[in-house]
Amino acid sequence: MTAFTVNGRDYDLDIDPETPLLWVLRDELRLTGTKFGCGIAQCGACTVMLDGMPRRSCVTPIGMIEGSEITTIEGMEGPEIAAVQSAWTAIDVPQCGWCQSGQIMSATALLQQVPKPSDEDINNAMAGNVCRCATYVRIRQAIHDAAKTLEG
Amino acid sequence: MSVQTTRRGFLAGGAGLMLALTLPLDRARAQAVISGPFAPNAFIRIGTDDLVTVMIKHIEMGQGPYTGLATLVAEELDADWSQMRAEGAPADDKLYANLAFGAQGTGGSTAMANSFMQMRKAGAAARAMLVGAAAAEWGVPAEEITVKAGVVAHAASGKSSGFGALSAAAASQPVPEDPPVKSAADFVLIGKDRPKLDTVAKTNGTAQFTMDVYRDGMLTVVVAHPPKFGATVTSFDDKAALAVKGVEMVRQISSGVAVYATNTYAALKGRDALAVQWDDSAAETRGSAEMFDAYVKAATEGGITVEEQGDMPDMAGAAKVLEAEYRFPYLAHAPMEPLDAVIEVKDGRAEMWFGSQFPTFDKPTVAKALGIAPENVAINVLLAGGSFGRRAQGSAHLAAEAGEVAKAAGRDGAFKLVWTREDDLKGGYYRPMTVHKFRAGIDADGKIIGWENTVANQSIMMGTPMEAMLKGGPDNTSYEGSTNLPYQFGARRIGWARMESPVSVLWWRSVGHTHTAYAVETFLDEVLEAAGKDPVQGRLDLLPPDATRERGVIEKVAEISGWAGPVRDGKGYGIAYTKSFNTYVAEVVEVEDRGGVPHVTRVWCAVDCGIAVNPNVIRAQMEGGIGYALGTALHNHITFAPGGEVEQSNFHDYPMLRIHEMPAVEVAIIASDADPTGVGEPGVPPLAPAMANAWRAVSGARQYQLPFGGAIS
Amino acid sequence: MRRLTIAIAAAFLAVPAFAQDLSGPDAFADIADETERSVALFDEMGKVLTHPRCLNCHPVTGGPTQGDDMHPHSPPVVRGDADFGAPGMNCSTCHGTANMTLTDGHGSIPGHEPWSLAPVSMGWQGKSLAEICAQIKDPERNGGKSLEQLYEHNAHDGLVGWGWDPGQGRAPAPGSQEIFGQLTRAWIDTGAACPAG
Repeated sequence: MTAFTVNGRDYDLDIDPETPLLWVLRDELRLTGTKFGCGIAQCGACTVMLDGMPRRSCVTPIGMIEGSEITTIEGMEGPEIAAVQSAWTAIDVPQCGWCQSGQIMSATALLQQVPKPSDEDINNAMAGNVCRCATYVRIRQAIHDAAKTLEG
Repeated sequence: MSVQTTRRGFLAGGAGLMLALTLPLDRARAQAVISGPFAPNAFIRIGTDDLVTVMIKHIEMGQGPYTGLATLVAEELDADWSQMRAEGAPADDKLYANLAFGAQGTGGSTAMANSFMQMRKAGAAARAMLVGAAAAEWGVPAEEITVKAGVVAHAASGKSSGFGALSAAAASQPVPEDPPVKSAADFVLIGKDRPKLDTVAKTNGTAQFTMDVYRDGMLTVVVAHPPKFGATVTSFDDKAALAVKGVEMVRQISSGVAVYATNTYAALKGRDALAVQWDDSAAETRGSAEMFDAYVKAATEGGITVEEQGDMPDMAGAAKVLEAEYRFPYLAHAPMEPLDAVIEVKDGRAEMWFGSQFPTFDKPTVAKALGIAPENVAINVLLAGGSFGRRAQGSAHLAAEAGEVAKAAGRDGAFKLVWTREDDLKGGYYRPMTVHKFRAGIDADGKIIGWENTVANQSIMMGTPMEAMLKGGPDNTSYEGSTNLPYQFGARRIGWARMESPVSVLWWRSVGHTHTAYAVETFLDEVLEAAGKDPVQGRLDLLPPDATRERGVIEKVAEISGWAGPVRDGKGYGIAYTKSFNTYVAEVVEVEDRGGVPHVTRVWCAVDCGIAVNPNVIRAQMEGGIGYALGTALHNHITFAPGGEVEQSNFHDYPMLRIHEMPAVEVAIIASDADPTGVGEPGVPPLAPAMANAWRAVSGARQYQLPFGGAIS
Repeated sequence: MRRLTIAIAAAFLAVPAFAQDLSGPDAFADIADETERSVALFDEMGKVLTHPRCLNCHPVTGGPTQGDDMHPHSPPVVRGDADFGAPGMNCSTCHGTANMTLTDGHGSIPGHEPWSLAPVSMGWQGKSLAEICAQIKDPERNGGKSLEQLYEHNAHDGLVGWGWDPGQGRAPAPGSQEIFGQLTRAWIDTGAACPAG
């Protein structure tokens, strides 16, 4: 049995501890906002928060997260995620949309740690999130816009 | 364009609710389509809640048809944008055909072009019926009624209403045969920036894609495909696979061995535990180098003539003769959502949920696999996490595999077929590997007197159900963009050599233009340089006087990029122009030489796609097309080891463009009153040649093969 | 024509090209001169110190490398202020507390608690063994370690030990941590001499 919380709810699951968190979130908990893109931590589509820090769920065996708090895109709260989502919609970032949950999780983590990121900060934080539609111009802009909103 | 939008009722069924009856659930919609009478116009549903739902006949995979087609309806309906909704239309050739194909499907950047008048007529008809209903109810002349931003009003009487309250009465109004549509000057919504309807759901995790569908009792299925193209299963041992907790069964199907499990992880572990023996006797066993040798030989022999103009001069008499050979690798589309499909079979009927891009092929294929009639198959077309051509399958191989998986289970039930990234990159349906050979002659005045170009590659359409569309002719998707050039040469001859291999190929975002644009526009630069001409002026000089749209984008991109020749402040600048899918695009690329590696810093793009329905979407598609093309040019090739196995497997060895590699992009949209044309693909072709031309300028090197890093020689 | 080199390598299918044996201190017992013996011991330790399993996370500039060919890390990562990556994508975004074998069984994401880059002062990539030796002995550059603490580190530190348990698809450093510790002990006991630059 592995006990952890997801979006504030407690779970105690009898699942092979090697199972990647990604598939537990999707197949067992039906939290489908977290996406599968590569399975080897190359694309970032599966990014969640593990005890408040971004984490690729596809390479996170649930045996590793005993006692941890997981937050998925569905459970995100706070000024940073709100600013990011509203900046994202304002300039219409998504195209196909598959990678965007992961992009938004990484962008939110960045803004939580660096309120006013430079282009270089954005490159460093977001280089692990692939967007095959190449919405990168708008992702960069939206992060800057969200930072401005947060500045007040 | 004349489109029959109206026959008898606007509405489904005798339910009496009007243009409407919003069917809220996928299942309800699918059931209605399977069993019920059809509405002659199945595009618009207006609910009593004032919401206008447009059934979108084109798959939404990021290129914006949900928003674009809803905009067209809203424009003629005079709806308020906030009341508009979009839903994917189910598979139904009769109701939802692409007018460019005569069957339901999305591709060739046709969504907006073929829908432009159809959706406007649909909206205009609905508006007329709402007005008719209001006139009858209020006892006032219809001509005095106005509709604006979703409000139907009669000024003199002070009466007004939303759409919802009129919807029941409107349903019994006569359907106008050919309702007038607005002139462009009256457009309220068309031509304005607008965020896409699906954007909010794509920023909070609620957007539902195929992989997000879970049905009761559903099993997840992964298939072990042969490691070599053309190989088949000899035998397999599933003992270890069945021992994996959660694996329920293992079945052989025509594409390999399918593992069924109660969850994805178990299915993957089960597949990993399979031992499969493959029969390679009909398989492709050549490595890439060996294939290229064969292609070069065929291209050198000249192929069949697919375009000829003028009498080819004796090149011996030319002041200069240039020759070049280009090599392009196989490419994978690599949409972020790998292929997947959900199928549920019950009592001789099947319902599917997936990103079906060619429902017209998918539906009968599934029916055949299951041994049931096509009318007993319902396909719900879901949002797709990218496609770039990958889901537009003439072979309907994914639908076939899903159908076979369901059939082989030997019982009713729901099954989710999932391809992993490795399955995707090793799974074929690639952009065809291609070789181009060129020869051009220049006279003493720098005039191009002869232009010869032979293309060698596999056909995408021949040998598939799409071959019929070629009507016995060659497959022009193999060399489109080498032919029909706007440039005036003294004489030209274009050849095509068809290559064959068990390696499956498919259209890849901009199809033939993916390689022809590169070959033509870099070789042209080389010829212009030999003739002592500027890349921009040299191109303009080759255009005939009536090439106004070609000239328009080239001049515009030169203007916004501040074109001042190929080198400025130590940076290289290159231009390329392509007309693809009836859209004209020119791009200028700025390249820095960073330690022998090209780094693209800025891109300027001018696009003429006729009326710009939603400039925001057009800019997004140019930005995205540029990024897609750049990542590919820098990094990507699918290669075969001697023996025939694909050497790449995931994003670590088939790298995607990442944010730090993305240049700044400036897009200029040419004002036009021509009918709109597509934007999903046309941003792609000019990028790589413009980049190569810029790289030549800054580094002195010409790039005759792609990708820039790690091409095979 | 200029050659472009954009490294693309099979990170998860690394071939164990560096698998070699590591001799224990006894193998050097017949070197009479103590300093020479000390140098020889350090040369032997160098097989571990310069092995890709160790060097990949001892970069001098920039971020870590990967694989036996030591290509740039993918996805691209930077060192960051705490040798732990950038805000928004640090080491633990992907690397867990233990190696994680990928679902297809053909590779793994390496992991250990803790997991981070060696500090810049301990950057070894591109350095000679003599330079590394000087660096490793210098408390200014070795994290303030005495030689005794250095022994302790080499012989028992968990992250050092990861080099011999690097997970599926990765060749381990030569020998074992136990032998490496013995070599370090013997090297210190013989005066911790460095090879000539």
